Amino acid sequence: MSTIQAITHSGWRGERRCSLRLPSRDGSLPHVRESSGASTRREPLALAARDVVQRYGDVIALDRVSLDVAAGQSVALVGESGSGKTTLLRCFNRLVEPTSGVISVGGSNVRDRPSVELRRTIGYVPQDGGLMPHWRILRNVALVPTLLGIPNASAVATDTLALVGLPAERFGGRFPHELSGGQRQRAALARALAARPGVVLMDEPFGALDAITRSDLQAAFDALRHELSFTMLMVTHDLAEAARLADELVVMRAGRIEQQGTIERLASSPATPYVATLLERALAASAPLRELA
Amino acid sequence: MKRVILAIAVVVAASSARAQDVAAPGDALRGVPIIVASKPFGESYLLAEMFAQLLESHRMVVDRRMGLGQTEIAMQALRSGAIDVYPEYTGTGLLAVLHDSLTDSLASDPRRVFAHVAREFASRYGVRWLPPLGFQNSYAIAVRRSTAAQYHLRTLSDLARESGHLVAGFTADFIGRSDGLAGLARAYGVRPRAVRPLAPAVKYQALATGAVDVIDGYSTDGLLSKYDLVTLVDDKHFFPPYEAAAVVGARLQRERADAIAALTLLSGRLDESRMRVLNRRIEVDGEDVKRVAADALRDLGLTGAMSAGAPMPRSLSTKGSLPAYLWERRAAIRTLVLQHLLLVALALGAAITVAVPLALALERARSAAEPAIGVLGVLETIPSIALLAFMIPLFGIGVKPALVALWIYALYPIARSAYSGVRDADPSAVEAAEALGMTPSQRLLRVRLPLAAPVIMAGIRTAAVITVGAATLAAFIGAGGLGEPIVAGLALADTNMILSGALPAAALALVVDGVLALVERAVAPAHLRHTASR
Repeated sequence: MSTIQAITHSGWRGERRCSLRLPSRDGSLPHVRESSGASTRREPLALAARDVVQRYGDVIALDRVSLDVAAGQSVALVGESGSGKTTLLRCFNRLVEPTSGVISVGGSNVRDRPSVELRRTIGYVPQDGGLMPHWRILRNVALVPTLLGIPNASAVATDTLALVGLPAERFGGRFPHELSGGQRQRAALARALAARPGVVLMDEPFGALDAITRSDLQAAFDALRHELSFTMLMVTHDLAEAARLADELVVMRAGRIEQQGTIERLASSPATPYVATLLERALAASAPLRELA
Repeated sequence: MKRVILAIAVVVAASSARAQDVAAPGDALRGVPIIVASKPFGESYLLAEMFAQLLESHRMVVDRRMGLGQTEIAMQALRSGAIDVYPEYTGTGLLAVLHDSLTDSLASDPRRVFAHVAREFASRYGVRWLPPLGFQNSYAIAVRRSTAAQYHLRTLSDLARESGHLVAGFTADFIGRSDGLAGLARAYGVRPRAVRPLAPAVKYQALATGAVDVIDGYSTDGLLSKYDLVTLVDDKHFFPPYEAAAVVGARLQRERADAIAALTLLSGRLDESRMRVLNRRIEVDGEDVKRVAADALRDLGLTGAMSAGAPMPRSLSTKGSLPAYLWERRAAIRTLVLQHLLLVALALGAAITVAVPLALALERARSAAEPAIGVLGVLETIPSIALLAFMIPLFGIGVKPALVALWIYALYPIARSAYSGVRDADPSAVEAAEALGMTPSQRLLRVRLPLAAPVIMAGIRTAAVITVGAATLAAFIGAGGLGEPIVAGLALADTNMILSGALPAAALALVVDGVLALVERAVAPAHLRHTASR
């Protein structure tokens, strides 16, 4: 499906913010031991886009977009549906090949490597998890280590499941449909992180979850990100989520970047009227967001 | 249908030309069986059996291929050398094979029609008509005696005058042929109040019980006298003569003068009254065809007492009870079921072997998918009899052409479902597989294919049930199976015989579907069906 289809929906404004006031129920993660997966851990990698244009026929999805994400930094792409944020995200693992411009990961052009090889070094979490329904959870999580030929792939998967709060002895043998929505999303997170990638891309990773579950997962993810350092680029239409999980926000609109900066900066000195309106509406709707800003 | 026959003719011309090249000296082939065939109706079975016993009484080896489905198939088989001889009628050869129409005066003269047909068959197809057997079996438009009295019907002209009051029950063959209903309307102005298509096996019963008022019969049908019917006179000589004769293929003409001499002994020896008696013994009394044929040949002084060699099996007539009949025939039915199952299994296995990889290839080349599957869909729409007729010039008759035809029919449902299944496999799982670095072939074989398994199995089940049904038609080209008693039973108006094929075939369809449902459960465990239904 084209990401630039102008689907109108209520967006982040319509969602309840109350969840952010609740203490997260499992904010504390199990202590991360030096796992067998650590041997494969990659250093965080910088991401960059230079003058990237993506056209679908006459429609311009990305209009000379340039973006920098420093190694270890966490950035959220925000904006309405059709603004190009998912298209930009998918350029980094070559699910989208831009019409022109350069995309680089860790300083090298993504086109310089076979796409299959590149993708195995980048974690990816889609909105609905995208778990293989015919594989048990352990096999799902072991996917990338297996593809990489890591000999102890299932041990790595077991460790990673523990990290996301799904002990393998209880959950590893289940099929995805035997898990709750939140548990499935944790498994998807574990699958993305199993090979300890230097970069993780997430497309609305918690968008389909109820407010409490979402809050739990956000807390879990935040802790994970500090435990396993990686560069993170995510797409969300939820400004509160963006502010909570990302160091910086990138506001996109109609295929262009309107502004990049922290939530405080976006709120205090919006670069365009659109950013000003966006922040204004978001702040009006959410007290916690006001605190963060 | 004309185009089909034309296409067949082209293929046959090519293959028969090939056959000429490999002609071998006659003596070397003395032990090769002479293949005697019939079309699927009682009189054809009887005449063919008489040919066979006559040849056997002259110490020749005979292979019987009875009940080949309708004129096109029998004629294709003869022209391609798959069979050597079968009984045919001049009028049928004239109109259904040559598609010639002669002027009225010519068409009503049996000798001139025979001369024309014999000449044309020899020059066009290399098929020889032996001298006529001595009787005609024309269309006989029949009514109940009471109807004839009520409306004063004696001729077809009388029928035309009163046809607005009458309901006709005609065979599909008669409704479709140019020398059938259309010609009758043209020549006489016959316009029945309604026309009901009837299977040959039930038309006499339908007429006798008053469901219809007029039917198309054959002038030598034994049932004409059983039901006390009146045959209307063809006063304008609309129907061409239908003189029965043996038609002989190229191999026999070249290599077996002895066989032709033996068959010619029957020429001119059979008349209509004798045929009506013989047909009645088969159709009405349910006597065994072999016994009736042997009696007829003995009466004509052409053979000794029991020429067929093997003792005649006790005939079970239509009057016997079905369970008793089925029990009596259990061994034969078991053999037919196994034959049938083997046909289905081989055709289905071959179709799966081709259709599933094809669907996987098409998933990688989607622009070709709809055209390719469309072609299979078109093949699916070819009427089975026409498809079987296509096969004869290429594969002869018997199991091989039947397998190919069944294989073709099974391809479409499997390829269609397999392609839809792999194409529409859980998109988010497929996308995640791509995003996490699975190669295209890994995505196809490890993600799309297993996710498509329930859909593919549904297609295979559909194909299996279709194939079990279609395999009954394989009997029309001599492939055996449960169609054999169905075809023979229809020809001989023997309900028990029909059911002895039809009931096991229906049961087999249910069993095959049930077994495949279990296989489906095994290859697509609950979690996948759960996903597929979401």
